[in-house]
This record gives sequence, C-alpha cells and structure tokens, in this order.
Amino acid sequence: MPLLYTQSLRREFGGVVAVSDVDIEIFKNSITGLIGPNGAGKTTLFNTITGLDYPTSGFVFFKGEDITPLPAYKITRSGIARTFQNIRLFKEMTVFENVMIGRHFRANHPHIVKNRLINFILGRIFVKQEEYDIYESSIKWLDFFGLLDFRDEYAKNLPYGKQRELEIARALATEPEVLFLDEPAAGMNPQETDELMVTIKRIRDLGITVVLIEHDMKLVMNICDKIIVLNYGRKIAEGTPAQVQNNKEVIEAYLGKTDE
Amino acid sequence: MNLFNIPHNELLQHLLNGLTLGAIYSLIALGYTMVYGILKFINFAHGEILMLGAYAGYYVYYLICDPSQGGSFVIFAFIISLLTAMVISASLGVFIERVAYRPLRKAPRLAPLLSAIGVSIILMNLAALFFGTKSRKFDYPIDNTTIQLDGTSITPNQIMILAVGLIMMTALKLFIDKSRLGKAMRATSQNQSVAALMGINVNFIISLTFAIGSALAAVAGIMMSLEFKLYPTMGQMAGLKAFIAAVVGGIGNISGAMLGGILLGLLETFGVVILGIPQGLKDTIAFSVLIIILLVKPSGLLIKNIREKV
Amino acid sequence: MLNFILLIFIYIGIYAISALGLNLIVGYTGLLSLCQAAFLGIGAYSAAVLMTAFHFGFWEAMLISGIITALCGMLIGIPTLRLKGDYLAIATLGFGEIVRNIIVNWDSVTKGPMGINGIPGPNLFGFMFSSMDKISWVILIWVIVGISYYFVRRIVRSRVGRALEAIREDEIAASAMGINTAKYKIGAFTTGAFLAGIAGSLFASYNQSVAPLTFDFMMSIMILCMVVLGGLGNNYATVAGAIIIVITSEIPRLFGISHIIPPQLNQVIFGLILVLMMIYRPQGIIGRVKLNYAKILKKEILHLEK
Repeated sequence: MPLLYTQSLRREFGGVVAVSDVDIEIFKNSITGLIGPNGAGKTTLFNTITGLDYPTSGFVFFKGEDITPLPAYKITRSGIARTFQNIRLFKEMTVFENVMIGRHFRANHPHIVKNRLINFILGRIFVKQEEYDIYESSIKWLDFFGLLDFRDEYAKNLPYGKQRELEIARALATEPEVLFLDEPAAGMNPQETDELMVTIKRIRDLGITVVLIEHDMKLVMNICDKIIVLNYGRKIAEGTPAQVQNNKEVIEAYLGKTDE
Repeated sequence: MNLFNIPHNELLQHLLNGLTLGAIYSLIALGYTMVYGILKFINFAHGEILMLGAYAGYYVYYLICDPSQGGSFVIFAFIISLLTAMVISASLGVFIERVAYRPLRKAPRLAPLLSAIGVSIILMNLAALFFGTKSRKFDYPIDNTTIQLDGTSITPNQIMILAVGLIMMTALKLFIDKSRLGKAMRATSQNQSVAALMGINVNFIISLTFAIGSALAAVAGIMMSLEFKLYPTMGQMAGLKAFIAAVVGGIGNISGAMLGGILLGLLETFGVVILGIPQGLKDTIAFSVLIIILLVKPSGLLIKNIREKV
Repeated sequence: MLNFILLIFIYIGIYAISALGLNLIVGYTGLLSLCQAAFLGIGAYSAAVLMTAFHFGFWEAMLISGIITALCGMLIGIPTLRLKGDYLAIATLGFGEIVRNIIVNWDSVTKGPMGINGIPGPNLFGFMFSSMDKISWVILIWVIVGISYYFVRRIVRSRVGRALEAIREDEIAASAMGINTAKYKIGAFTTGAFLAGIAGSLFASYNQSVAPLTFDFMMSIMILCMVVLGGLGNNYATVAGAIIIVITSEIPRLFGISHIIPPQLNQVIFGLILVLMMIYRPQGIIGRVKLNYAKILKKEILHLEK
C-alpha cells in the first residue's frame, strides 16, 4: 500500500478548477517528482495535501488514515513536512532558532506533559531538559546541511542557496516521514543544483520519502524514481523518467500540439 | 419598541437623519478605502486630516466674512473656505505620506501602522495646543430654519449635506471608472510593480490618492462641524466609525465604502430608536458591527473572500 | 521631592507590568493590540468592585481580577484567529472603546462617570499598605514587576516563546512547522491581559479610586510607546521604555514647570517617538538580543561543542 495517496482530490477557486480529481500514490522511501507547465496546479496540490488549503472534494490518506480535514499543524505533526516555493523563513530569527522551531512539537519531554503550566512556571529543570533536547537535534540538522557556522546569523542575511537549505533543514527537524519540496532548485546555479541533488538523495537515504515540484528537468530526471505530470489540474501521465519523457501527451503539454 | 409601531413620518425622520449621518461617514470612508486599496494599510491619521481641514475651513470662513450678516456673499465665502480647506487637507495628506509613510513602504506591516498612529496623535494634540480644546460652532451660511413636510422635519443643512455627499461620490466614482488617472489608480492598486512597468508613476498615483481622500475628508469635516461641532478630537471617533464603514462595505472598494457609510449611519440612528440602545452606548453599535462583520465576513459585503497566496 | 520620585517609581512599576504583557502580544507574537488600557481598566474595576462591594482582600481581588481580565483577553483573542495586522488593530481599538462605554454606562456596578472611591490597600501579614507610605508601595510594586519579568522571561526563553516569534515572522510557515497558531495567539492575548489586570488592580488599590476616563486610548498608546521605544520583543528594553516614558511625561511636574508646558505636548512627544522610531530605528533603542543558547544551556552541552 502506498504511504500517502489521494482520492479524486479536487480544488476549485470560484469557477476555476485548479486541481481536477487527481489520484496520486507516493510509495515509502521513494523520490517522486511532480512536474507540469506553470499554472498546472502543482502548488495547489501540495497545499491541499499539507493542509494549507482545503480541497473542494476528495481525500488524502496518509499511513492509511484520512488526513483531509486536519489543519496544517496536525498534518505536520502526523509526519508530513514541506518547504515553500517563495522561501518562507522566520527572517528576524537566527538560523539556529529557525531549526529549533522545527523541533517545537517533538520536544514534549515526558516529565512535563502532566501539569504543563505548573511545570512550565516552576520546573526549570524540565524546561532545561526540553531545551537541551531541542538544542541537540537542531545541531544535528544544521550539521547535516553544513550550516553550523551560520547558526547565529539572522536567516534573512544568509545567501539565497543557504536559505533554501535552511528551509529544508527546518522541515526535516520536524522528523517527517514524507518531505514535500516546492521548487527546491529555483534560483540556484548549476553547481548548487548538483549539490542539491546529492542532498536530496542523502535525505532519502535517511528513510524519508521525498516529493518534489521542480522545473529543472535535469534534476527531476536524474533523481526521481517516479514522475507525475499535471496539466490544467489533471494528471496526464505518470511513470519512470524514461516513460514520461516519451509520453506523447506530456510532450504536447510542454511543447504545444504539432499539426500534421 | 417595534418597528411597526412607529408612525411612518417618524420613521421617515429617522431615515433622513440616518442618511445624513451616513453621507458624512461615506465621505470619510472613501479616504480610508482608497489608501487601503493602494498601500494596504490603514491611514490612522485620516480622522485628523478631516479635523484640520474643518479648522482650516473655519478660519478662512471667518476671515473673509461675518456669517451673522447673511446674504449671498456669505454663501460665496463658504464655498471659498470649503475649497481652501480641501486644498489644505489634500496638501497635508500628501505631505504626511511623503514624510511618515513613504520611508516605510518596504518595512514590515506593523511599522507604517505605528507611524500612522503616531502622526494621528501628533496632529490631534497640536490642534489642541493651537486651537484650544473648547468646541466651536460653525455658523450656517444659509438660513437653517427647519422645513416641515408631512410631520417630518428637515433642515436645509441636511439637504446640503446629502446633496454635496451625492455630488462628491458621483464625481469620484466617475473619475475612478472613466478617467485615465482613475484607470492608473486602479492598476496601481492591483499590482504596483506591474503598474510601474506599464509607465505609471506609482509615487504620483499614491500622492494623488492621498490628495483626493484628504480633500473629501475636509468636506466631511466641514459638514460635520455644521451639523455638530468643531473640536480637536472630532476626527478620532468619526474616523474610526468611517473606517468601520469601509470595512463593512469591503475595504479597497469605492462603492463598498459608500454603502458601508450609509448602512452604518442608518444603523446608529435606528439602533437607538428601535432596539432601545441607550444613547450613551450608541458608539458601541458601530464597534459591535465591526467585530461581527470581521468575524463573519472579514472581506466586507462587496468583496469576495481572498486567501493569502502560499 | 523624594515623595514625588517615589510616586514616579510606583507608576513606572504599574506601567512596566502592563507593558511586559503588551510586549508579549505585540513584540513577540506581532499582533498589534490597541486595548491594553482597556485591560488595565477591567483589572482596576474588577479589583475595585471586589474590594468595595464584596469586601475581598487585596490579594484575592488582585488574582481574581487578573483572571477576569485574562478571560476578556481570551475573548478578544478569538477574533485574532481570522484577522490580520491592521484589522486586528482596529478590532482591539473598538474593543477598548466598548469597554470604556460599558464602564461609563453600567452605573449599578461601576458607579458610572464618577468612578469608585474608598478602595482599601493591601494587607500583608497584618502590615497595611497606605498611600502615604510610598516606600512600601514601591517595594511591593517592584517585587511584582520582578515576578512578572521572570514569568514573561520563562515564557519567551522556551519553545513557547520561539513559537510566538515564529507566528510573528510568518504564520503560514509556523503552522507548517506543527505550531498550533490559534492556541498561541489566544494564549499571548490571555497572558498579556492577565498582566494588565494585575497592574490594574495595583493601580486601583494604590490610588484608592478608579474613574473611567483614566483608561482611554491615549493610555494604550503610552504603553505601546514603551514597548516600541525599548524594542519590540525585548523585555528588559520594555522596562527601560516604561522608565523613559513615565519620566518624560512627568518632567514638567518634576521641575515644577507644568504650568508652562501643556499636557498635550507630552502626547505630541509620544506621537513623535512612534513615527521617528519606526523610520530610523524600528528595532527600538535596545533592540532584540540574539539568545546565546550555548550559554543558556552551558553545562549540558559541553560535550556537543567539541
């Protein structure tokens, strides 16, 4: 059974159908690419799955459970993390704090669950323990991305490529099972993109399932196990990179119809 | 009291009073809504621009004539003072935008809002320093004897407010919908950077928006001082309620501001009569309406709900 | 003279407590609230009514009025779930006006425009605080400032504080990080209101009387100025802001020149502070401090630093 799948997921804005009855299946520990021309509904699909938007109809199942009605924060807690197309870091907070936020809900130390408020006000020791846990794992994720040297910088002062990495680090800090990346290579130079490809593979090797929207075909074709193609909100093809590359409908969607 | 127990002439009376009040709210609300449409922020100082416009009109009026004498010269002087007040308010609005808002256009959202609150407080208190805190009465330029019509009384002043309000709003609506500058304003409120790429001078359009909104506020200020009184804090409550009117209609929407103003005026008048809300709690009506609207339909009556783009 | 300086310190303390609360709402969570004076008023009136009509002791009254104010804060916090920046500011402003209107018109409880007089002072193990004895009052109020400071600091130096800041920076990203933004926004309002309620009950008890006109919009602005001047999102700067603002507004009386300098000038200065700070130093005089987590958690992390 797929780890995450949608059932005729549909999102309409007024009369416009942004996502039209899409069924996708994401298998554990795979890298799935979501491609399609601009305005094909890729980001809307991401948003409806991750709870930042509500589908008009249809369902999203994760680990066999229906997560469609859950708010975004509960979906994240269930093990789905994401990044954003237009980087949304906590700009006036340090790199370190950004990653620490990712640990927010994972840090429920067993001792403080009961009588939260009282422990919170008086239990310095427990809060310290909690902070320590957050600290340790945040360091781990900064190290994974080689961002340790930047940890006391404000996020807004990082170079662009590092900001993208930080956003992924922050998402990973929530310990997701599935990571959704919305155009992770946008604005990167070829060298940075190559590094990103390595990073995404490393993430998959940690046992995390990756779903990504990307326009950079080199990246998509190289690292994805499966590619799903959207056009005008509909799924028009899916399969291995080789299958998709030779699909007639996909070529038409990208290059336009050729008249005989 | 039940709506149906009220004799119809009395009902008409309340309707008339509500409309007069509503026309004033609408004029002020237009300024809020135009600025919000373009800059996406509340010009907190708008009420103070109104108040200063009213004072400017007052001083010009008494400088050129002695209203107690009456006659056509007084009416002429009144028109002159109205126009002067509009010009002064417009310049003030443009000046405030230049000094206190423009440097903050790229800043986080909280910054221009706090700056606007600051400007509002400065102007209000400077007015109190220079003009004194006592409230004044603006003498009517025309004979204000009540006219009785089938048990409903109407003052010439009310007629004037309704007429001026109607003229101003129609003119504005025509300007925005038909003229080239109006089109540029609409384009700028849709997307500033694209408008700039199309050759629109965005800074000029923003100044123009402030100028028009402030000039309308000056008119509203003078109408208010004729109908009620003139004092340094008059802009605060009027401004707030007009803002509520703009929100009710759908902020950023010109017709919405007019509709919202009229609705709020009617609601306040009828709220006191029909719902039996004590006079002292009259202001509470507006704020309760605001909170309800914001909870039920935050985008206002005339605008569709828009979600933030992710 | 000494008496007057002590009086200033009493007021600084009362304002500092409410400014700390407001800083949690505006500085940390980024929700512009313009009704802190209303919260102070609710606290002051609850304490006044509890102590005069129901003969509660000061301490119980202080706690209960803190809780009542917190509940009101929760009430105003709920609309914040749907409102953004400017709209929220207006809604809170409206709430402030509604509160003042209710206080003025609810004669049977609040005695209307006249206010409530004859509010007793606190009694601590038999020691009565009287308004004449300013030194004990200064000590009492500053002890409470200290407790509030510690309380707020505990909140902001934990994951809760970071969650609040994340909401300020980007609410959508915060919810995508698993933060229940609704809970924290209401929580910020509730806590901020609670502190204002405590400050309000101190205000009522020290002055022995409350009147509705005290808790107006200008008071909210004054408290906001303290937060903005010191630096949004910095507690120690907020207390510094309270000290500067109260002293500035009392300078005319301090030097006995209040007959030359009209009270409006003070408010012009507050307005100027807001405008100039926003344009030239939006982070406040002191600004935000980067927390050094390594130092905060020094012992536990020694092995990680190698």
